[in-house]
Amino acid sequence: MLNKEDIAKRIAREIKDGFYVNLGIGIPTLVANYIPEEMDVVLQSENGLLGMGPFPYEGGEDPDTINAGKQTITMLPGSAIFDSAMSFGMIRAKKVNLTILGAMEVSENGDIANWKIPGKMVKGMGGAMDLVASAENIIVAMQHVNKAGESKLLPKCTLPLTGVKCVKKIVTELGVFDVLTEGGFKLLERAPGITVEDIQQATAGKLIVEGDITEMML
Amino acid sequence: MNKVVKDADTAIKGISDGMTLMLGGFGLCGLPENCIAALVNSGIKDLTCISNNAGVDDFGIGLMLKNRQVKKMISSYVGENAEFERQLLSGELEVELIPQGTLATRCMAAGYGMPAIFTPAGIGTEVAEGKEIRNFNGKDYLMEMAFDADFAIVKAWKGDTMGNLVYRSTARNFNPVMAMAGKITIAEVEELVEPGELDPDHVHTPGIYVHRIFQGKNYEKRIEKRTVSER
Repeated sequence: MLNKEDIAKRIAREIKDGFYVNLGIGIPTLVANYIPEEMDVVLQSENGLLGMGPFPYEGGEDPDTINAGKQTITMLPGSAIFDSAMSFGMIRAKKVNLTILGAMEVSENGDIANWKIPGKMVKGMGGAMDLVASAENIIVAMQHVNKAGESKLLPKCTLPLTGVKCVKKIVTELGVFDVLTEGGFKLLERAPGITVEDIQQATAGKLIVEGDITEMML
Repeated sequence: MNKVVKDADTAIKGISDGMTLMLGGFGLCGLPENCIAALVNSGIKDLTCISNNAGVDDFGIGLMLKNRQVKKMISSYVGENAEFERQLLSGELEVELIPQGTLATRCMAAGYGMPAIFTPAGIGTEVAEGKEIRNFNGKDYLMEMAFDADFAIVKAWKGDTMGNLVYRSTARNFNPVMAMAGKITIAEVEELVEPGELDPDHVHTPGIYVHRIFQGKNYEKRIEKRTVSER
């Protein structure tokens, strides 16, 4: 079974040289730590920055320089700053190559729910609805089951949706899955020590298993 | 042309109960701190505030919420504020949550003189309820209206007495699009300079959009989440 760092490490392998990437809050943020150094990858932060770097060293924090999670960050050489309208303009115009975000539920047709739990506090969707409505390449990083032990890979989402038919790939602590256009979670890789049966048991939606499923390389 | 006012109290003259305000900033970054303090002191109430976030309990718009001056918030994300949560759950505060890009682009549309925009954000979700949907090239888009705000209040790094503005780093965020969108736009700046001191090629917001400008003081620039790397 993978921990959060392992999930991030596995997702980092989906990033290609030259990509502009938007990382959501949570596990997706960790992906930045595993992008190979020889690759030129530019991170977009939707509050208005391309070229996000690591956190500053103590004493180097700049209150004017934060990421979309409101954390103090640095800018790498070649960075660009822009306003919020342009930021979502480049997202809507599909200039961002890859979007990685967390989710509370994903359905077998690629619907995603990640912004609201009715009856509990509603914090808002932030930029998530804009991202999922426009991005062509969306990977979800999440735990396979929720705290109550219920599957988050479902036939149909039960929570209010963030977007429809948009998720292409999911990486959980149990495995890697393609979300097929015709419906279904196609198992691509198993996490070390996890069997296909384990995954079947934790997946409420339609799981598609074809041939031998290899164990993930990390 | 006299756009320079002496302080925040003078700058907010004309804002009255029940008006709609835009307030720039993202989280606690790039907030018009001086004008927020003046609004809190003024006691003006029943305001509709368009701002990406609602501040925290004791900073930003959170101060106006605590003072019960806000009737309605239009935002994309409002976490991190216990008083906000209390007022929302008790029904004292009305909240309209909209996607962040939609928020920014509805500001932009107002500043560009366009009545509406079409965006895919929110299609198939509760955000789309009751809104017109148009299909372009096989994909559905929601029609969202340009904002109509009585005042826009923004924060810039530098400005000149003609109202030209320059922002710094990610404190730019919503400020330029809101500056363009107010019927009356108030800009507070860290440094107010004379015409000619800003390079015209480096101006982010042309002064035509700005009606009142002043040099703010005592900027706290609070950091919401201080994160550092290990050496």
